[in-house]
Amino acid sequence: MKKKSKVVSYNKWGYIFLIPFVVIYLLFQMIPLVSTIYNSFFENYRSGLKQIGPNFVGIENYITIITNGDLPTYLKNTLIMWIMGFVPQIVLSLLLGAWFTDPSLRLKAQGFFKTIIYLPNLIMASAFAMLFFTLFSISGPINSMMVQAEIFKEAYDFMSHVWSVRSLVAFMNCLMWFGNTTILLMAGMLGIDPALFEAAQVDGATATQIFYKITLPLLKPILIYVMITSLIGGLQMFDVPQILTNGTGDPMRSSMTLIMYLNKHLYSKNYGLGGALSVFMFIITGILSLLVFKFTASEEKN
Amino acid sequence: MKKRVLGVLLSATMIAGMLSACGAPKADAPATTDATATEAGAEGAAPDAAQTVVADDGKVLNVYCWNDEFQRRVKDHYPGYTEVDATTGTIGDVTVKWFITPSDNNAYQNNLDETLLKQADAAADDKIDIFLVEADYALKYVDEDVTLPVSDLGIADADLANQYKYTQDVMTSQDGKLKGLSWQGCPGVLIYNREAAKEVLGSDDPAEVQKAVADWDTFSKTAEQMKAKGYSMTATTNDAYRVFSNNVSGKWVQDGKVVIDDNIMKWVEMSKAMVDAGQVRSTADLWGDDWKKGFFPDGKVFCYFGPAWLINFCMAADEAGSIANAGGWGATEGPQGFFWGGTWICAANGTDNAGLIADIMKQLTTNKDIMLDIVAKDSDFVNNKPAMEEAAAKDEYAFDVFGGQNPLAMFCKGAENCDLSNQSPYDQGCNEEFQKAMKNYFDGNATLDDALAMFKKAIVEKYPELKAE
Amino acid sequence: MEENRIAMAGQSDTGASVHVRRVIAYLVLILISFICLFWFYVLFINSTRSNAELTRGFTPFPSGNLLINWKNLVAGTLPIFNGLFNSLFVATLTAVMATYFSTMTAYAIHAYDFKFKKQIFTFILMVMMIPTQVTALGFLQLIGKMKLDDSFIPLIVPAVASPAVFFYMKQYMDSTLPLSLVEAARIDGSTEWGTFNKIVVPLMKPAIAVQAIFSFVQSWNNYFVPALVLHTDTKKTLPILIAQLRSADWLKFDMGQVYIMITYSIFPVIIVYLLLSRYIVGGVTLGGVKG
Repeated sequence: MKKKSKVVSYNKWGYIFLIPFVVIYLLFQMIPLVSTIYNSFFENYRSGLKQIGPNFVGIENYITIITNGDLPTYLKNTLIMWIMGFVPQIVLSLLLGAWFTDPSLRLKAQGFFKTIIYLPNLIMASAFAMLFFTLFSISGPINSMMVQAEIFKEAYDFMSHVWSVRSLVAFMNCLMWFGNTTILLMAGMLGIDPALFEAAQVDGATATQIFYKITLPLLKPILIYVMITSLIGGLQMFDVPQILTNGTGDPMRSSMTLIMYLNKHLYSKNYGLGGALSVFMFIITGILSLLVFKFTASEEKN
Repeated sequence: MKKRVLGVLLSATMIAGMLSACGAPKADAPATTDATATEAGAEGAAPDAAQTVVADDGKVLNVYCWNDEFQRRVKDHYPGYTEVDATTGTIGDVTVKWFITPSDNNAYQNNLDETLLKQADAAADDKIDIFLVEADYALKYVDEDVTLPVSDLGIADADLANQYKYTQDVMTSQDGKLKGLSWQGCPGVLIYNREAAKEVLGSDDPAEVQKAVADWDTFSKTAEQMKAKGYSMTATTNDAYRVFSNNVSGKWVQDGKVVIDDNIMKWVEMSKAMVDAGQVRSTADLWGDDWKKGFFPDGKVFCYFGPAWLINFCMAADEAGSIANAGGWGATEGPQGFFWGGTWICAANGTDNAGLIADIMKQLTTNKDIMLDIVAKDSDFVNNKPAMEEAAAKDEYAFDVFGGQNPLAMFCKGAENCDLSNQSPYDQGCNEEFQKAMKNYFDGNATLDDALAMFKKAIVEKYPELKAE
Repeated sequence: MEENRIAMAGQSDTGASVHVRRVIAYLVLILISFICLFWFYVLFINSTRSNAELTRGFTPFPSGNLLINWKNLVAGTLPIFNGLFNSLFVATLTAVMATYFSTMTAYAIHAYDFKFKKQIFTFILMVMMIPTQVTALGFLQLIGKMKLDDSFIPLIVPAVASPAVFFYMKQYMDSTLPLSLVEAARIDGSTEWGTFNKIVVPLMKPAIAVQAIFSFVQSWNNYFVPALVLHTDTKKTLPILIAQLRSADWLKFDMGQVYIMITYSIFPVIIVYLLLSRYIVGGVTLGGVKG
């Protein structure tokens, strides 16, 4: 009885510690969010300086989005580019993580390599895109190198072919974010008690075994985190393709992502259609994240 | 919150007080503008527009712009401006505040729109007094009450007689009111590579070259000859776009419907043919590396379309080895007249500095001496016919980049010939989206119909009130 | 080390295969390092070139315009030192807010049992799924109404509620922060507030360092919201100033200055990163945590 009351008195601290988050969240995110959803039922946009609406239109905005059929296309584009970037990114991160924590490899200059991998993330996406334009333009150094090496017969226009644009987007995303992922994983690996590795080695486990039997399972919470946040970040992919294609998602919108599409509606302050699109995005993200959760949870049971 | 409300009330009552105080003795003074008012705050009477009260007693002049170009013009050429720091200055006892928002990501217009819409509720010293616009989106502001007609400021038509007509077309609202003025004219010419002209056409004399580019048919034929010698007619397909879009026979939007003009379709047809024939080697955007490569002889580009500023400041004239550096460009009128660029000064409705704004506009856009000074110091092509014609006749205005040719007469003629009566508030979006959509067609990634459908889709996204079909 | 070698002798890995793997590892690492550092080299090269030279396209060799570009930039009207200070101020406070309060929130969920705990956790995760662009316009209207225009507050304070940072902290606690430790602290008579600040926060150092870097960099490079919130020149952050430089008129447009400005804006963030990366890279041992 006495113990229980003590637990209760501790647990009120749970609420206390939640206060800052909840207050700030309600103020700065909940209000805008509620107005976003509310707006999705209205015709509400700006025509030049004239405000049109808000006029209540029910679910008309939702119907517009469903009937014009663009959403699946942009979802597909987004997922394709995300997967093209994420697969190499996670493989590379795990590989590097494994190498860095593998005692048998005894890599030198680890600090140097660990430090360097995150550096690309420090460059602004817009600056990065500027460099990419310069390097991959028809008259740029990549093309002249390729032509000289006779890999290309003539200069290749990277920006006007579907798969080259998608690859560049994926490459840039991978480059900017693999260091981030690796750091997350390494921080997780550092949290693993070194005694576990020592014990495993004493028991004669190989590096591969240690990785699969100790590192990966203990990393699981962090891995789930990486998966979920990458998925969400991927679905929200925006700045790289936006800047690289100058907002067009060309060729023929094959590299247009969901948020780029949403951004088109922000130009006219179209709170109505934009709000409805946001609700769709929210549902799509929710379903996919749930799948990832379920997938990882079921693995746990096995 | 309270303090702000109080501030608004105070300033409102102050203005009311001043109006009644000054209004009574001046009751029979003309209600319209006092054209002689040149000094800020010198006149107590507020020039009365039909429905708006234009006050003239403000102590703060708020200027909204996207870079410091206009700020430098005011600083260097407006008599009485004293700089305090990078974003403040003074004219007499009026403080000038500069609000610079970069145009990236449409941030300038977003910020301007939000502030203009709150203008009525803002305290007098927080209201926008002057804002700047570019031609592409000028009508968005001109057709609204947020912009004051210059006649309300006390600027008479007679004051503006020396300006190029097109610079006023751009700023004229549907009901015929002129709402903004510019100190610049930006007529363009066809800038050609003399070396290529000699090699292919046999002469680099502007009159001879003009014969080869006199209209679009001969332009295309010349492109064929250029291709045979390894030259790209223009650097990218978008180079010629503005020449076509400046010469349309109707507006982009008519009765709420998007209409693609025949002249624009002619650009599509010509560009596609030239890309397919290899006469233009790139479909990239302007300002990219593929566009700039023609500034150098290795780039093998025959011509660019551009105004004076392009050739003076953007074509690498100070880089050894560039065509401009060697004076290797020539200028000729080209197939059609056009303009590119320019900044217009607008007075915001609700300003309390009408007299000062009028004076700034007059000094910078109609005072011939000041404008000649701008030509000399900033190399602008100024919006003043006598000044430019004077300069055109003088050898000292010959351009080194043109190998000593003085193209000003050509620019003058171009400026006279520019006709911008077919502008619409949607031009920026339509022109941008159209070029972007057509790139897909030129690149062979879409049929013409698909590319046009893409354009229409993009337009309706941008302007939900329009119909494209 | 000695222990490792003894242990390895008993492993099935032969010396040769370790050797091969090591060579491969080094090759891959060197290649990756090259790809990562290459961009900084290009930025450096470009900031040594004049605007006219830059119109020629890329060359792999530096030119002599570095100092001239820098002098032009400093002599220009942009308050670049104010910008540096503003960026540092905003990014540092954002990082502090985001990490400290997210750790606190995560700790609340991790260490305590209370009604609706699960629901709150799920709710925060759902919050994470809302794209930031979605609420940006509503956010701007809100701060306009709150009269927080042209202020740093709307850029810093919302970081207190960073669901992604919270989620990471929570996951990190799941794998490394045993509740027994908290119990032990209670028995020792520590208050809950004291336990959190004196025991939990220090234990979370690697995670905090990681998220501090991420938040710092994200805030440092943020353009969209600051560009719409900040209007006074001396209050602007570096990305806005870069954009301003890029929208300069043709008379003043100078890519050389743009590049040196970008380089200038990257330097501080590299230094901050190197300072914080000690915690990630340098093998912080988790003193109190065993098993």
